[in-house]
Amino acid sequence: MDFLNSIILLTNFIIVPGITYGSQLALGAIGVTLIYGVLRFANFAYGDLMAFGTMIVILVTWYLQSKGISFGLLPTALIALPVGILFTIAVSLFFDKTVFEYYREKKSNPVTFIVVSLGIMFVLNAVVRIIIGPNDINFMDGHKFIMKAREFKQLTGLNEGLAIKSTQVITLITTIITCALLFYFLNKTKTGKSMRAYSDNEDLALLSGIDPKRIVLLTWVIVSILATVAGTLYGLDKSFKPFTYFNNLLPIFAATIVGGIGNPLGAFYGGFLIAFSEIALTYAYKKFFKYLMPESLEPSTLIQFISTDYKFAISFAILIIVLIFRPNGIFKGKVI
Amino acid sequence: MIRNIDFKICFSVIFLLTIFVGLFQSWGLALSILNLCLISGIMSMGVNIQWGFAGLINFGVMGFLAIGGLATVLVSVPPVYEAWAAGGVGILISGLFLAFIIFTIFFINKKLKKYKYKSYLVFFIIIISIPLLKFISGPSISKIESINAATSGFLGGANLPIIFSWFVGAILSAMVAFVVGKVCLGLRSDYLAISTLLVSGIIITIVKHEEWLSRGVKNVIGLKRPVPYEVDLQKSELFIKIIEFINFSKLSKNFDPEVNANLLNQLVISSSGVFVKFCFTIIFLSIVLIILYLSEKALNSPWGRMMRAIRDNEEAAKAMGKNVVKQHLFIFMLGSAIIGFAGAMLVTYDGLFTPSSYQPLRYTFLIWVMVLLGGTGNNYGAILGGFVVWFIWIQSAPFASVVINFTTNHLDDTSLIKEHLFNSVPYFRYLMMGCGLLLVMRYRPEGLLPEKVIKN
Repeated sequence: MDFLNSIILLTNFIIVPGITYGSQLALGAIGVTLIYGVLRFANFAYGDLMAFGTMIVILVTWYLQSKGISFGLLPTALIALPVGILFTIAVSLFFDKTVFEYYREKKSNPVTFIVVSLGIMFVLNAVVRIIIGPNDINFMDGHKFIMKAREFKQLTGLNEGLAIKSTQVITLITTIITCALLFYFLNKTKTGKSMRAYSDNEDLALLSGIDPKRIVLLTWVIVSILATVAGTLYGLDKSFKPFTYFNNLLPIFAATIVGGIGNPLGAFYGGFLIAFSEIALTYAYKKFFKYLMPESLEPSTLIQFISTDYKFAISFAILIIVLIFRPNGIFKGKVI
Repeated sequence: MIRNIDFKICFSVIFLLTIFVGLFQSWGLALSILNLCLISGIMSMGVNIQWGFAGLINFGVMGFLAIGGLATVLVSVPPVYEAWAAGGVGILISGLFLAFIIFTIFFINKKLKKYKYKSYLVFFIIIISIPLLKFISGPSISKIESINAATSGFLGGANLPIIFSWFVGAILSAMVAFVVGKVCLGLRSDYLAISTLLVSGIIITIVKHEEWLSRGVKNVIGLKRPVPYEVDLQKSELFIKIIEFINFSKLSKNFDPEVNANLLNQLVISSSGVFVKFCFTIIFLSIVLIILYLSEKALNSPWGRMMRAIRDNEEAAKAMGKNVVKQHLFIFMLGSAIIGFAGAMLVTYDGLFTPSSYQPLRYTFLIWVMVLLGGTGNNYGAILGGFVVWFIWIQSAPFASVVINFTTNHLDDTSLIKEHLFNSVPYFRYLMMGCGLLLVMRYRPEGLLPEKVIKN
């Protein structure tokens, strides 16, 4: 019984939140990695692109709610998602046409691209704050819990409860669907293959008749979809605040590089690696050991590797360790 | 230096804009803008040394500024003796332990160069030492933080004049930059950008959450000043006499002595604030000029030529026998030291240390906008950029409200759109910064004052 209790404890506090957070990071990281792979720069405006997409979703959600439309048990935001995606695609393409295209044609160095993406970051930051304000917004509606801790306890007769929020399940399912579609597209379809070819070797791809404009356009479309989905899922799960989205860019970057920059599958694993290490290293294992150890050996301290304050710092530290020992990422990324 | 055209442009713009604000808004505002502009100028000179001279992209500006800020606390605040008595020994022991760990890692790095599993060994030591360190320091930290938690709850500082802290801030920053540089400088440019950004995030987390050291999110207020306090000035006879003398014409207009005394009192209060800011201006301006002079000297020396050579063609410089790695590390430390210096100045000027206010947008990317807008590789450009960007940053809110007023003139005063726009006035500055950066990068990528190609 004690063993089961301890397993449930870990599931409730590490595995379920880890999977949710990991999915959100993974979606974000795949977006960053695709931009890096195809367009060859680190996009600092990505966090704010996520915030922008989520903002549109929230606005549409509010509109739908005011009309009395809802999605039953599921959050209304899921209906609003396609609209958000469309707007985000429009914004990405607008910035690509007005800003990035010029530097791409000039073949500027990566630092110029980074600086330009900083400019876009400032602009998007301002736009989001001007339209929706800097405050916390909770736009989750529908059914909150699939399983409450108390219900679980009654059901199984265990001491520990297992709470599963519906947003966590939605996040997982959406991530699985999105990633399955994306990897099918990249690996099986002709267009996806041409995109990978372009990312691998630009000149060779051009020689074999791949249209670079089409590839760039496609990349922005995919990236915008990923950004909006990831942003909305994060907002549903926690809450929407523009500043948090900017801050989330940092663990996303960490996940991207840890997984090998330019490698979508690596970014996927990187997201989960970062999420799980953030959660597992800051969790206090006192109760866990209480169940497993005999009473005489019960721990007196919290048994926490590092305090929760350092949650973000862990992902940064992992990144730096990876950069020192394997600069190309754990899964081989672009050799740059 | 005086004959230099850039110098003239740079300082006449600063002078004219300050006079303009002074005449049309108020002298207090003009001087406070000028002071922050001067500090920003020093920050952007620090970044310019790294980016403009050596081509190193450092997105960790925020972290070094915070280290400078921390230095002011560590140097100038009076020590909390009770806290030292309660947990000082524990902290010292853990400090020794940390030093021992670092020494061991260095030792392993130096002596066991050939050992295959060296990196795993270092990794293992770090993993083991973190919980150990927590175990050693934990009890004394909680003791320190529990002493007078509302007013102190930290170890305090050395109770020295705050001017020292500027140099301490510079030294601390250079030390941290040494470690960061050892780890990150070998990376390619965009990796370097990301990793320095993340390192600065780690630094901020430490400053924010190690309350025994910095009081963390509880902030340290009422820091010392290198200039007199307003309250003391208002009591000093000499200062009142001077104010009376300056405003003689104003005061002699009315004959009622009571009205006169009231007016004088008001004048003294308002001008004491201006005077304090003016003292700061003099100190800051002289520091800007000193750093500018040294930096110009360095840029035009053989060393500066070598740095530019390394920046423009690393391979060729290597072939000429220059130690690129060493020079990069050195210039990274130098630039970070200047940034740390500016960080300490900023906290001194504000009079309070608020770790939670350090955000990358304001303290890293805005500084970068200053450098890029002003002109990379040109010190005058960096100062001008610092001034112009900070000026726009401050003045964009009033400017935006004028624009909004103009465009929404036909709308009702109670209109929701108008109200919403007015509430979001502070965020128009981000929009202006972004658009400004994009325009400069597109149409004048070398900045307002481009780098001079020096022919010897």
